[in-house]
Amino acid sequence: MDRYDFKIPIGPQHPALKEPESFLLTMHGEKISSMTVRLGYNHRGIEKACELQTYIQDMYLIERVCGICSHSHATCFIQAVEEIAGLQVPKRALYIRTLVAELERVHSHLLWLGVAGHEIGFDTLLMYSWRDREVVMDILAMLTGNRVNYSVNTIGGVRRDITAEHIPQILKAIDTLEERTKYYIQIATEETTIIKRLSGVGMLSYDDGVHLGAVGPTARASGIDRDVRRDDPYASYEDVKFAVITDKHCDVYGRAVVRVLELMESYKIIRQILANLPDGPIAVKAPRKIPAGEALSRYEAPRGEDVHYVKANGTDKPERVKVRAPTLANVQVVAHMLKDRYLADMPIVIAAIDPCFSCTDRLISVTDAGKGTKNTMTWPQLHSYSIEWHRKSGIDFSELNKKFKVPGN
Amino acid sequence: MSEEDNIKQQLIEKFAFLSDKIIVKRARRIFAEVPLANFPEVFDYAVKQLKFSILSALTGLDEGATLGFIYHIAQEKGIVLNLHTSAPKDNLVIKTVTKYFPAADAYERELVDLLGAKVEGLPPGNRYPLTDNWPAGQYPLRKDWNVEMLDKKEVNKNG
Repeated sequence: MDRYDFKIPIGPQHPALKEPESFLLTMHGEKISSMTVRLGYNHRGIEKACELQTYIQDMYLIERVCGICSHSHATCFIQAVEEIAGLQVPKRALYIRTLVAELERVHSHLLWLGVAGHEIGFDTLLMYSWRDREVVMDILAMLTGNRVNYSVNTIGGVRRDITAEHIPQILKAIDTLEERTKYYIQIATEETTIIKRLSGVGMLSYDDGVHLGAVGPTARASGIDRDVRRDDPYASYEDVKFAVITDKHCDVYGRAVVRVLELMESYKIIRQILANLPDGPIAVKAPRKIPAGEALSRYEAPRGEDVHYVKANGTDKPERVKVRAPTLANVQVVAHMLKDRYLADMPIVIAAIDPCFSCTDRLISVTDAGKGTKNTMTWPQLHSYSIEWHRKSGIDFSELNKKFKVPGN
Repeated sequence: MSEEDNIKQQLIEKFAFLSDKIIVKRARRIFAEVPLANFPEVFDYAVKQLKFSILSALTGLDEGATLGFIYHIAQEKGIVLNLHTSAPKDNLVIKTVTKYFPAADAYERELVDLLGAKVEGLPPGNRYPLTDNWPAGQYPLRKDWNVEMLDKKEVNKNG
């Protein structure tokens, strides 16, 4: 550090990032010479709380580790519990879990695309991708009753079945999303602004990615060919064909390319699941007390490898639950990516690992602050109210929705 | 012979003391119990020779008189080796694995903060995940810890 160096503290609360993390940057002019990260502001003691609740209660608690990958955590946890209990989960239930997993990946990647657009000042991309994300959110709500925190799992299977009426609606939504994703692929590969802004930013070489333990799309964009769905298959991933997308750009641009191409693979998986959905029960009866034992479960969440370790002691409460979310593995590579880069690159480099943002708010009881009245609204009513409210403000997507055949519009 | 059994065999050939300490629980899952004194050499062999090149997670457990540590390391092809070792609570010293896996930094700091482990060789850095003003000597993942043990005046003051 010389006399021209200075330090900039960013966070824990700041405008660029939606979750609390604290970064201390040492600057040499406009360039970052080193960075330290302080995590833990969002640590809620969930692992300790799990030891005090029953397995079923824990399932709902674990789902709240992350609002975006709620199904990832719940499934990862429950797989470990089922393995210890020796439960044979019915094939139909595994297919439904896989379906929800891929729908969740679609919603998460589309959400990321919007955030990435926003961080580089390309808010049109944010508006487009988040509008399209509503298509998959509606499908998730239709299947599970919730837009996030779906609670579709139970120990021994799933809580909700798919009906014959659901399938054409899901397929229609996937057709729409596939068309839109082709457009995003075109933008990612042809739009000069995107290519120039993201190329060479946040570099992570293959060797550094392996050494630092990068996971998920962050690793795959550095050519690291790892995906738990293929390498350590769970649910029904052994029954479906899909490609693990990798890219050799090793920068933020590569991370964007990997995610948009992964969307296309998710659509392939969803179509295969729906075409081959087995008949039969959706759950087996699970014991309240889980026999003593231990298991390690892995899951390819949208952000990378999610890991849960569960130790059972023969009671209805676990002895220990350990969660390793993918962001914890990836946040450590950020310091490396930002070294000798410009301060202005910081928001997009951090956003490019897709750190978890909470997006779980969902209103059902609406209070009019002016009148003090309360009015309970159903989800379709709230949806219509929102569209009407924007239409009155001069924002009307009805023609576009017709053009792109957006379901429910 | 399955790949998992092959790995088990290689470990036993190299370290005779592991002969009755390794279990293949299912496809791609091996669990091994390693004495603390031998842990560094077993870990080094697993990472360098058996190519367990991914650190998936590091779990700490309160086992009563000892603390348990499970290093979940994986191969590219999906096999996970779960190496369990334990240290007595009156001498809770383990060696850092950050020279193999820099990402272990955060996982080992968790062991320090939440369970009170002492990790020899852990590079200096910010604590994780507890707050800077967390009371000394309180380890929330210990079985004898509960929220009532926190000083209420301290909690009210600092949130």
